[in-house]
Amino acid sequence: MPIGVKVLERPIDKSSYVRATLSGMALTLKHLLDTDKVTIQYPEQKWPLSPRWRGTHRMLTTEDGKAKCVACGLCPTVCPANCIKLVPGEDENGNRYPLLFEIDEFRCIFCGYCQEVCPEEAIHVGRHYENSEYSREGFVYDLERLMSQTHPVCEMWDPADPKGE
Amino acid sequence: MIALLQQVAAQANGIEHLPPPESGGVWFLATAIKILVLFTIYMVGVMLVIWAERRICAFIQDRRGPNRVGPHGLLQSVADGVKNIMKEETYPAQAYLPLFVLAPVMSFMPALLTWAVIPYGAPWVSKWGTIDMAIAPLPIGFLFILSIASLGVYGIVLAGWSSNNKYSLLGGLRSSAQMISYEISMGMSTIPVLILAGNVSLGRIVEQQAGRGLHWNVLSCTIAFVVFMVAAFAETNRVPFDLPEAESELVAGYHAEYSAMKFSMFFIAEYANVMTASALMSTLFFGGWDLPFTLWDNVAPHTLLKTLVTFGFIWVKTLFFVFVFIWVRWTLPRFRYDQLMALGWKFMLPVILGYVVVVAGATLALDTIGFHPASWQFSVIMLAMNIVLLVILFGVVDRGRLVSPAYSRLDKRNLDKLRRLDRARARSAAFTGGGPA
Repeated sequence: MPIGVKVLERPIDKSSYVRATLSGMALTLKHLLDTDKVTIQYPEQKWPLSPRWRGTHRMLTTEDGKAKCVACGLCPTVCPANCIKLVPGEDENGNRYPLLFEIDEFRCIFCGYCQEVCPEEAIHVGRHYENSEYSREGFVYDLERLMSQTHPVCEMWDPADPKGE
Repeated sequence: MIALLQQVAAQANGIEHLPPPESGGVWFLATAIKILVLFTIYMVGVMLVIWAERRICAFIQDRRGPNRVGPHGLLQSVADGVKNIMKEETYPAQAYLPLFVLAPVMSFMPALLTWAVIPYGAPWVSKWGTIDMAIAPLPIGFLFILSIASLGVYGIVLAGWSSNNKYSLLGGLRSSAQMISYEISMGMSTIPVLILAGNVSLGRIVEQQAGRGLHWNVLSCTIAFVVFMVAAFAETNRVPFDLPEAESELVAGYHAEYSAMKFSMFFIAEYANVMTASALMSTLFFGGWDLPFTLWDNVAPHTLLKTLVTFGFIWVKTLFFVFVFIWVRWTLPRFRYDQLMALGWKFMLPVILGYVVVVAGATLALDTIGFHPASWQFSVIMLAMNIVLLVILFGVVDRGRLVSPAYSRLDKRNLDKLRRLDRARARSAAFTGGGPA
């Protein structure tokens, strides 16, 4: 045995391999018969998400079905991953609205700054994580897609006090 | 004396030897049907044992295991098999192809061949003649098993060598050393059984264990059974003897280079070996197809019902041992190489050699004073002797000697030196306020 190996002082005369094995087998048998399993049956059963979970985005809408976004440009400015593409437009009444609003979910780091900075409480990160797609293009969510998402949103925003007053 | 014992045992059990069927055509047809039925049950059994292993290991680890494919995941192995057939077969550029392809087959065939001689039911006296419930009821059945079982190592060694991979080669080397070492104990541990049966035919060994009471060999040769079981674990390369595979040290050992169905073949071979070893344990030590406490299954009329009941019963015994295999696997850690060798050569071999002498002496002595091996007094005396020996072995001998830590091989002087060094290092680490974690 090379020098440098730690040599423990075990009661070698008292230890028995057979008895240790039998007690180990009793333990495994106890677990075998134990009906309490830790596995979560995923598609049917889901782990409860934290209310502050930051997942894929969602754009909230007004009562008449339009996006709440006023194209102020704060979210593309604050976004550290530069994943939001916004082209503002203006209608005949002088109201601003997004002509183009796209979020690249591949670039997004889910920091939630867009939700925090939004003055209209329009863009949100959601409590949602099942986002598989067949193509990379599918991960660039346009305005229509963001508006049609229905999952609950992250609760760093309190729905009872939307403006944070 | 052996012939005498055999005669006496046969009379005492009230079992008569049945003649084989008269017509060759019936024999041929019966054998073909037996092969088909047994092969089907065996392959489906292997599939289900793989499923059972995964489920049981999951339960032991508080998980659920495969439960999606089919009811309770029963078809998981089918899905895996289909996947493995679809997968690409890779051939390492430096591998020696003929042996590389042959090795999985060679590891699988011995396990399958062994089943040819295992009797799996009471003989059926049909209107076409007596049909023996073993595919090949060889008079030298047991020797056949020993010789075939020793072929099992070739598959693994050749797989390790032909892969041309250092980890595979190490796995193959280890397995050759391990399997050859434990084969000796395995062969020796069956000698007490052969002494009691007075014959090497498995049919006779089962008949000898039949009787009105419990005449199973496990009671009269307990230590032989324990040694046989440990050797069987080593022969099937199961934990704690999975050194040839040793995924944490040797990647996957001898089958590191195998993919798709050839890997599957090794996998199937492992479970086939487990089932064969279990069937051997039940045949040699647990009465084979015999129902205990009754002679119903051993005496005429030999109906189909008796055959089916005993057929079910040997499977119950076999599956119980399969469960023990799985249970032990998910309990014990792997042996170190020197522990493996020490256990095989320095413990099991001397013990079983001594035990052969003890059983032979006891049989001779009891026979001389008038208790023949089929009588209940013989069983009781042997059982009492075994209990005493077991207590001595596991209570007194097994004190850090069976499987010992590495430092137990050091002498006292060197051990003290190492411990002094250890303490000095601990002191200096404490002095400098840190040191290696």
